[in-house]
Amino acid sequence: MSAAAVVLENVEKRFGDVVALDGIDLEVRPGTVFALLGPNGAGKTTAVRVLTTITRPDRGRATVLGYDVVHQSARVRSQIGLAGQYAAVDENLTGRENLRLIGRLTHLGRGTANERSAVLLDRFGLAAAADRPARTYSGGMRRRLVLARALMHEPRLVILDEPTTTGLDPRSRNELWDIVRALVADGVTVLLTTQYLEEADQLASEIAVVDHGRVIAQGTPEELKAGVAPTTVVMTFDSPDAGRRAADVLAPLSASPPTVEGATVELSAHDGPGAVIEALRAVDAVGLAPSTLSLREPTLDDVFLSLTGRPAAPEQPPADASDDLVRTGGGR
Amino acid sequence: MTTTAAPTGAPRHSRLGWTVSDTLAITGRNLLTYVRLPQLVIFSTIQPIMFVLVFRYVFGGAIATPGGSYVDYLMPGIFVQTVAFGAIATGVGLAEDLGKGLIERFRSLPMAPSAVLGGRTTADLIRNVFVVSLMAAVGFLVGFRVHTGPGSFLVGMLVLLLFGYALSWGFALVGLSAPNAETAQATAFPVLFPLVFASSAFVPLETMPGWLQAFAGNQPVTVTVDAVRALMLGGPVVAPVLEALAWSLGLLALFAPLAVRRYRRTQ
Repeated sequence: MSAAAVVLENVEKRFGDVVALDGIDLEVRPGTVFALLGPNGAGKTTAVRVLTTITRPDRGRATVLGYDVVHQSARVRSQIGLAGQYAAVDENLTGRENLRLIGRLTHLGRGTANERSAVLLDRFGLAAAADRPARTYSGGMRRRLVLARALMHEPRLVILDEPTTTGLDPRSRNELWDIVRALVADGVTVLLTTQYLEEADQLASEIAVVDHGRVIAQGTPEELKAGVAPTTVVMTFDSPDAGRRAADVLAPLSASPPTVEGATVELSAHDGPGAVIEALRAVDAVGLAPSTLSLREPTLDDVFLSLTGRPAAPEQPPADASDDLVRTGGGR
Repeated sequence: MTTTAAPTGAPRHSRLGWTVSDTLAITGRNLLTYVRLPQLVIFSTIQPIMFVLVFRYVFGGAIATPGGSYVDYLMPGIFVQTVAFGAIATGVGLAEDLGKGLIERFRSLPMAPSAVLGGRTTADLIRNVFVVSLMAAVGFLVGFRVHTGPGSFLVGMLVLLLFGYALSWGFALVGLSAPNAETAQATAFPVLFPLVFASSAFVPLETMPGWLQAFAGNQPVTVTVDAVRALMLGGPVVAPVLEALAWSLGLLALFAPLAVRRYRRTQ
């Protein structure tokens, strides 16, 4: 029995001709946040479905907290809390009823279920809305309810499937991130899937980049970002001529030769804010001033570009094994 | 009582106990939905009430029934029709839960897998009790009278509720196989329509052409209606009731395992 919280060993899963997981290997240390980072259709959700015992792997071995997902699935289910991608809540039940139902179904006992619901509603800022039907909740509130529900039975592993992909405003997203950080502080292991490098970077201590059903790179956020295009500073000047002159003086500051497109100059820098100050000084010294200036942080696309030489967008929308499929009934 | 809430804690119930407890929890959840969205139940009663009024006052006069009044002949048919069409709700509800990802959520919980289907069909059975009681009240208002006794009337109700319950499992299978709730509904209707209308529910079989009688005389709606009619209006009871029970139990024995199997395979 391994000490890892989650193990995937050469796990394969096909849906017809579509290979969702192509021999994926993974190991998550207990008490950490682990991010599965990858584009839509990479197999992230299929991996989650295997780990939550919803889907059986065709081949390979998967364990959660030492229990096999196929042979000890009941054990696994009692140890995990899943917050799925779609924030599927019982619309006609109140927030409190949603939590109590899960409490009953996770066999907490009525008293404990009631207590836990009250604590979680309070903790996630839902106490005031607790007795309103969930269909009246905003997107952020639904997300928090889904997360609260995943925590009802105090699972040792919490799985968050693309927690912020579906339209969350920045404030709700930050709140969610804070909650995840607090969970880990309590000793819970968190496995998170995301399409956003920023999210993985913010939360995870270890990231696995997934593509076409396998892990193509794994490491700490720092390790992954080290191989990736650094921050890009984008400046636009009044004329293409001014742009070219600016590029000349900026060249020594850029990690790679600056690109010029019309009046817009892009330079890459490892220290974004520092580079902005230096770049402004340099252009000011030759009497130029940019009309606009922006910073672009590296994205999943940049990671993919550096790892695979191609952007992260899937060549075609995956039909069946897609990450965003709620149901894939056996036969079609 | 609840000494530990540890998720791995020693079970306080037997496996069967948990299955019952989970089924009740899901039943409660589904009933709560009906209470919160009463239109779901109200709409499912409007149609049969209209059927009562149309057949009682529009067509009824033109339909000759052996002995007794048409309204007495009609109401057992209406009861069976009501539970039969009501069973569609089981499939639609399951298809909705699937589409919204709620079933997937249940599947990741340490609950009894059979509870999702058991809770849904139980809730729909309870809803049927409510709707059929309402239909009985409507029937009594428009002149329906029981010719036997309250005991036989209640047994008749049980016979038709069992039939509705068996059909619920059939439509559970449909709901689990359909890509969405609309399809579940659309699939169910053409199956039920000939069963309900090519039956003895509204007109005596003798008025139908021979080839249709062959079908109508040997299908579960007719058999159930005849049994309920015998129980409520009089006549020989044992054989028709046994035949109706055999049909319902047979359908249940067929569809329940198929639906459970389908549920396990849905992923």
